Amino acid sequence: MAITLKVNGTTHSLDIEPEMPLLWALRDELGLTGTKFGCGVAACGACTVHVDGVATRTCVTPVEAVDGAEITTIEGLAATSGAAEGMLAPVQQAWIDAQVPQCGYCQSGMLMAVSALLAENPRPTDEDIDAAITNVCRCGTYPRVRAAIRSVTAA
Amino acid sequence: MAMQFKKPSRRQFLIGGSVGVAVGGGLLLGYAVSGPSRRELAEGAAAQGGERFVTTWLKISPDNIVTIYVPHADMGQGTITALAMMAAEELEADWSLVRAEQAPAEKAFANEALGNRFVAGEDVPPMLKGLNAAAWTKIAQFMNLQITGGSMAVRYTGHHGMRVTGAAAKDMLVKAAAARWGVSPSDCVAALSTVTGPNGQSATYGELAADAAGYAPSAAPVLKSKKDYTIVGTARPRFDIPGKVNGTAKYGIDAEAPGMLYAAPKLAPVFGSTVVSYDASEILSRRGVKKVVEFPGGVAVIADNYWRAKEAAAALEVTFDTKGGEAVSSETIFAGHDAAIATGKSEDDKVIGDAASVFAAQGADIVEASYRVPYLAHACMEPMNCTVWIRDGKADVWVGVQDPLGTRARVADISGIGFENVKVHPMLLGGGFGRRIPIREGFFNFPSEIDFATIVAKEVDAPVKFIYSREDDIQHDAYRIASSSRLRVALDEKGLPTAWENIYVHKDEPGEAPHIPYAIPNQSIRFVEVENHVPRGPWRSVAHTQHTFFNESFIDELAHRAGADPYEYRRALLEGQPRHQAVLDLAAKKAGWGKPLAEGRFHGIAVQQSFGSIVAEVAEISVEEGAVRVHRVTAAVDCGEVIHPDTAAQQVESGIIYGLTAALYGEIAIEGGAVAQTNFTDYEMLHLSETPVIDVHFVESGAPIGGLGEPATPVVSAAVSNGVYAATGKRIRQLPLKNHDLTPAPGKLAQAAD
Repeated sequence: MAITLKVNGTTHSLDIEPEMPLLWALRDELGLTGTKFGCGVAACGACTVHVDGVATRTCVTPVEAVDGAEITTIEGLAATSGAAEGMLAPVQQAWIDAQVPQCGYCQSGMLMAVSALLAENPRPTDEDIDAAITNVCRCGTYPRVRAAIRSVTAA
Repeated sequence: MAMQFKKPSRRQFLIGGSVGVAVGGGLLLGYAVSGPSRRELAEGAAAQGGERFVTTWLKISPDNIVTIYVPHADMGQGTITALAMMAAEELEADWSLVRAEQAPAEKAFANEALGNRFVAGEDVPPMLKGLNAAAWTKIAQFMNLQITGGSMAVRYTGHHGMRVTGAAAKDMLVKAAAARWGVSPSDCVAALSTVTGPNGQSATYGELAADAAGYAPSAAPVLKSKKDYTIVGTARPRFDIPGKVNGTAKYGIDAEAPGMLYAAPKLAPVFGSTVVSYDASEILSRRGVKKVVEFPGGVAVIADNYWRAKEAAAALEVTFDTKGGEAVSSETIFAGHDAAIATGKSEDDKVIGDAASVFAAQGADIVEASYRVPYLAHACMEPMNCTVWIRDGKADVWVGVQDPLGTRARVADISGIGFENVKVHPMLLGGGFGRRIPIREGFFNFPSEIDFATIVAKEVDAPVKFIYSREDDIQHDAYRIASSSRLRVALDEKGLPTAWENIYVHKDEPGEAPHIPYAIPNQSIRFVEVENHVPRGPWRSVAHTQHTFFNESFIDELAHRAGADPYEYRRALLEGQPRHQAVLDLAAKKAGWGKPLAEGRFHGIAVQQSFGSIVAEVAEISVEEGAVRVHRVTAAVDCGEVIHPDTAAQQVESGIIYGLTAALYGEIAIEGGAVAQTNFTDYEMLHLSETPVIDVHFVESGAPIGGLGEPATPVVSAAVSNGVYAATGKRIRQLPLKNHDLTPAPGKLAQAAD
């Protein structure tokens, strides 16, 4: 069955099972490895992308559910945010400025979750952040994640 | 054995060199042991197009770019940047022209700085001692040492390797410049990647590199004085971060190879069980499924997409044999601990004075308490994986590991392909924490995903990316051990201990972890061994995790029993330990110890030395609806010297959150011989919403550089538990905290719930 995936502005027609999770279509079929596998049960957020602007955990999202939707991955975050070629989205720059990542593995998902939050709610309270950013980071970058979010919302 | 590492004689050095006259001789440290011949090896491995290795690990190209090759994995701890800073400082490099990357998995980049410290009889991180001891038997194996662990990168490789390398390279560049200009080296000055001469001459390091390579590295270059540092001690942006915010960073799981297939295992749930039978006929007809391959302990399904492989593996019915492990549970394990401790047949760990006589004395005031902790999984964010391509008698391996050279040796062993025909491509690690070490001599020697990937790849005519699911990862780890401890003291009339006894389960690494810094005249620290089939491995700060919880909780009990302030009580017992006292004082002061806290808030304190650093932490907690909430952790850290203040603080934050996650939630339970937990749903993680404010304060005592990757981790469980006692009167003697109902019993708030 042909599935149409619109990823980072490019349309792909894939002959894959409709129940294949979007994560594996992105990684193994399209080679977009910036989106990470963490748990497979939507418990960690490492696989978060935007589907029509909404933060979505792709390890449990079948491709048929996003057929034709606008999908943005970490590779397309800067362009989608309107950044010029070679430039970064504001949250990405904030992440560099605050030196947030350690091992970095969860940070694609973290950035996608945060950018979706800020698009919807540019002035989140701490409680809003707590409720929306439930991604797991084993290195414990949480204090810097919060600080980096605050550097964007204060700007 | 040490003779194998004796200093090279001048003759050996001259013979070994092919790039001019070796001046030096005498004591050569780290990088220079192999002399110019080793430098040539390194050139072959990493230099291209006119680049020369001035010294091993340090390359200067004609365009004046300095590249530092760091023989450690950067798991996010900032090692590569910090070590490059140490080399660049001594090199007098312009930091904007410095690059750094992980060294290739080639013997030329084996970690000799570490080896030399070992030979010199200095303390090597104990988690590595088992490996080193095994490796002694074969010099070639020793040369494979390229491990990251034991919080050792900065304090060993950095201090003994990188600084010397940078200083020696600078000397060589100055000599080259002086010769070119016909002046004395002492009249030349190196600064900002340029050498200037007495008459206005100037040449960049890039222009001098080829000439400089003709000089032997100086034997014992003079290192800079700390007051002259311009790079070390400043917070330079890490090299690895840009790729980690735009999706381009490549971890092991992101490896790509032509025609690559994917493997998902079906693993025996009970450790040590093996495959009896399986019927793959149904799954082999599935879309994309290519093959099934049996390996010790499981069956792997090979497919053209990981999801297809994983779904098919889940559907595969496999019968495993039973070897007796099925009867093992957490209950039987802890009952075994208690029984072994109760026999009294224990071995000496550390004995001071005569504790037995004190306990036997008439009227001795004796206090006893038993503690225990469960198994813990590492749960790195990146599930374990390894990509192997075997063809034409060669193997290529893509993997993120804490020991690329050891991995190369392991794959060579498992595959039967010679070491020289195995190429390891080091990838980024999505977390390590002690999990990503291919060989665990001294720990439970068990097959790992690297072994399985290699066995599977031999049976497949394509590169194979072998990936554990999160469930595989949680259920097939090498765990922080479950351990128990029975502590006993005799107290004097002031409530201070005159004798301390500890009988604990398993003498783990590091060996000093069970020991206490407190001035107690009679000590009997002993251990029992209780074997079981659960694999054990190093887990961030290793044995310090259990022993700091045991000892620092028990000392807190004694303080309360004596009616003393827990901070002052420790302080009194730390007479003669000024570094411990200093961090304790600083943490207490910064936390506002003893001053009024907000309603419902309480403090707990703990201190521990590990990996050469001493950390004191004060946790500010409250108990809400029967559960603990940690609001703030104030840490004071004496690591001797801070190289990179920002990543140093970050490692302390990281260590605290890792330890706090375990203290609150961490529990791997064994049921029917297998791990009961499956995923982050039941092996719970700390989230952003629960993360305390963390204040980190450093003491630069000038003591030898200590590690930072681990020392903050073990302290927090005791600090939080001691805070829980202050809040509720309930003494936490078993972790995790989630298993305790902290709802105060009516009218019993202030009483110890023994």
